[in-house]
Amino acid sequence: MPTLKQGFAALEPVLQRHGHQAHGLIEVLNAAQQLYGHLSEPLLRHIARQLRLPFSRVQGTASFYHLFRFAPQARHSCLVCTGTACHVQGAAQLLAELRAAPLAELSVELGSVRCIGTCSGAPLVVVDGAVWNHVDANAVLARLRELER
Amino acid sequence: MSVCTLRINDHDIAVPAGTTLLQAAQQATIPIPTLCFLEGLSAVAACRLCLVEVSGADGREEPRLLAACVTAATEGMRVQTHTPRLQEIRRTVIELLFTEGNHVCAICVANGHCELQNLAVEVGMDHSRLPYRFPERHVDLSHPQYGLDHNRCILCTRCVRVCDEVEGAHVWDVGWRGEHCQIISGLHEPWGDVQACTHCGKCVDVCPTGALFHKVDTSSEKHGHPERLQRLMHARTHQQWTP
Amino acid sequence: MSSCLRLCTAASCRSRGAMALLQSSDRPVKEVGCLGPCSEGPLAAEGAQLLSLKPAEGEPLAPSLGAALAGSRAISADDPFLKLQRRLVLARCGVVDPGCIDDALAQGAYQQLQAVLAANNPSAVIDTVRRSGLRGRGGAGYPTGLKWATVAAMPSDQKVVVCNADEGDPGAFMDRTLMEGDPHTLLEGMAIAAFAVGAAQGFIYIRAEYPLAIERLRRAIAAAEARGWLGTAIGGSRFSFGIELRVGAGAYVCGEETALIHSIEGRRGVPRPRPPYPAEHGVFGLPTLINNVETFGNIPPLLRLGVEAYGAGTKVFSLTGHVQRSGVLEVPMGTPLRTIVETMGGGAPPGRQIKAVQTGGPSGGCIPASALNTPVDYDSLKALGTIMGSGGMVVMDDTTNMVDIAAFFIAFSREESCGKCIPCRSGTVQLEMLLRKLLERRASAADLTQLEALCHTVADASLCGLGQSAPKPVLSTLRHFRGDYLELLEPGEVVR
Repeated sequence: MPTLKQGFAALEPVLQRHGHQAHGLIEVLNAAQQLYGHLSEPLLRHIARQLRLPFSRVQGTASFYHLFRFAPQARHSCLVCTGTACHVQGAAQLLAELRAAPLAELSVELGSVRCIGTCSGAPLVVVDGAVWNHVDANAVLARLRELER
Repeated sequence: MSVCTLRINDHDIAVPAGTTLLQAAQQATIPIPTLCFLEGLSAVAACRLCLVEVSGADGREEPRLLAACVTAATEGMRVQTHTPRLQEIRRTVIELLFTEGNHVCAICVANGHCELQNLAVEVGMDHSRLPYRFPERHVDLSHPQYGLDHNRCILCTRCVRVCDEVEGAHVWDVGWRGEHCQIISGLHEPWGDVQACTHCGKCVDVCPTGALFHKVDTSSEKHGHPERLQRLMHARTHQQWTP
Repeated sequence: MSSCLRLCTAASCRSRGAMALLQSSDRPVKEVGCLGPCSEGPLAAEGAQLLSLKPAEGEPLAPSLGAALAGSRAISADDPFLKLQRRLVLARCGVVDPGCIDDALAQGAYQQLQAVLAANNPSAVIDTVRRSGLRGRGGAGYPTGLKWATVAAMPSDQKVVVCNADEGDPGAFMDRTLMEGDPHTLLEGMAIAAFAVGAAQGFIYIRAEYPLAIERLRRAIAAAEARGWLGTAIGGSRFSFGIELRVGAGAYVCGEETALIHSIEGRRGVPRPRPPYPAEHGVFGLPTLINNVETFGNIPPLLRLGVEAYGAGTKVFSLTGHVQRSGVLEVPMGTPLRTIVETMGGGAPPGRQIKAVQTGGPSGGCIPASALNTPVDYDSLKALGTIMGSGGMVVMDDTTNMVDIAAFFIAFSREESCGKCIPCRSGTVQLEMLLRKLLERRASAADLTQLEALCHTVADASLCGLGQSAPKPVLSTLRHFRGDYLELLEPGEVVR
């Protein structure tokens, strides 16, 4: 992962692709988050200056969208799908049970995701990008413990 | 310039094409409540208080609810401004605004001069039928002259617009979304730390409640000054001053 | 070519281990998009024969493709799930390799675009679309031909075509299926639309939750550019059209067209009042045509078949929930709901009864089992208090509490509200509080009255479609399942 010392040089091609234009803001934020893991304050200031936008506009836009994050990510992410098909198959209970579990000890950050559109596997979770189908809390916990081994 | 005629309640009115329903009603001295709207700023139709029932536009007969601040008058329109349906909407809107923040009039700087308070009286809200939510919100007193009390903010975005459209500093914006929306300055940092702020005070002048205030004001001492903006915009547009 | 083994590697089968099977294979395998009955996945096909590689209940997935095929179960072509479909939009999905433009071209991709360019008569294209009666497949059902004609009539020399691929309704994945399975049909439909309305610039606004669709679209756009089906002087004509992909960042409201425009422009995805409509004032202030994925997907088959053979057209649905067989199906417009849910989907799980079918996502409503004979078309569903929506269909059996479902959808709308207008921002919070009060058996009959009144205010007063339709799941369940609400009132309450 590129570091701050490199002055966000890795973002330059993306900024150029959008001609340093304001309308590229969301694309640039997406790319920046992919490159640096999260949108830190120096990164947001850099983007605002490059696109010649007011800071509040950049912050207002970034905070509007669920997928942008302002703090570093844990080592693993576990997203419970909360779409309708998962809901009628018990997703709310699954999320509640996982919330009560000691996931931080496993370096897992718990979250939820809107329907990912593979509803035949409901209820499901997305762990580090991979979909686990037809799960309950115990099964998820058991497999999350495996991640660190 | 072409003229169109329309009927608002029982009044037949002729206005130049492009006139909004709000302006047309004002011309006929028919009051329509507004809150986010402010002459001199762009209209955003967010508060929904100026909704009116419109029929006869584009050949559509069944009445539609349209925001008067952004709807242009057209030939043959029939407009109702105070039907029971509209009055129920306006009262509910005011109740929703009161219950989503922490509005304690008795200790507020704007008490007695508050647009929200005045509207509550106007729509007959003697109590809220919906429960108060008592959200946790904070107060930003980092600016040397002014303060921002989020408890009293109704997210009308007048401050955002005046700072962007008139002052050009764009100190303010709306952050987050839905029930978590809040007015932010800079990168969600204390107002006093935002270097873009010119300390012009226009945001305080146009704030309809006690959310933005002069630090020297205590309860009931804040008066809004939207007329300053209007004078300024008039001078800018027409090169005419009222010294 | 067609006898080559095809393996679905789209998102659903991928989540069931399709990639592991692919990598373990020692024979040539063609990767294809969705084959239909996702609940039987991973799915493969050989010629017309569909094969379920799903391991038996409780068993792990076979260690290799060979072993999986040895233990596979054939799904007969006479199976109602397959037989009752009419695949127009999805005709090539599950047949072509979505990563290979040569395969798509060999099977007819871009031929309609070529024919349209050769005829060089944009208004004839619009006329065909208008006569077909095609209506927007994204939910609202606005006549597509009329929309195209409006944009075509705008005097600007710069126009934009936008594909709304922000398929946000939970339980809906028809558009994902097409984009992952046959992206060139979408690109061809957009290019034809652009030619018809006179646009040179195109955007696909796609949600970030669809990484595979994004990857396949990027590849397809690059391939189409390389072959001259996108870019300048397409097919040797004077027509130029480029498509840029814009990836969202998690905001359901961006499916609303004015919010989508703001998002493409790099702003908060906040709707604005209409008029002006996007046809006059859209992306960057230019006249803009916005259709959803399936609508564009209808264009090449419509032009290929002609208005008469196209008939009433089709609708793609994603069938999920308490149903024996879930997946994606494309049926003739007007197919009875019962045929889809019971005959094709196999009905409720053993020992259970269907209670309701939810259509239209958070903007739609629940149809009671008693109305299953309703044909699925725009007007019949509207009469039942729901909408066709984009095509998500979630079946609920008799273990489902409809008040809980209403609360689920209101919570969804509350979280997805942009916050601009007060009825939606704060009204959805109050509606959810009232529903929670009911679910906790603390509510009185007066609360129920207030719930209904507030629903109407939020629906009447909200600025955009999201807020205006947010109360629909409550109103439709109140209409068809009032008993579920009354049962939850505080003991001793007088029931009207």
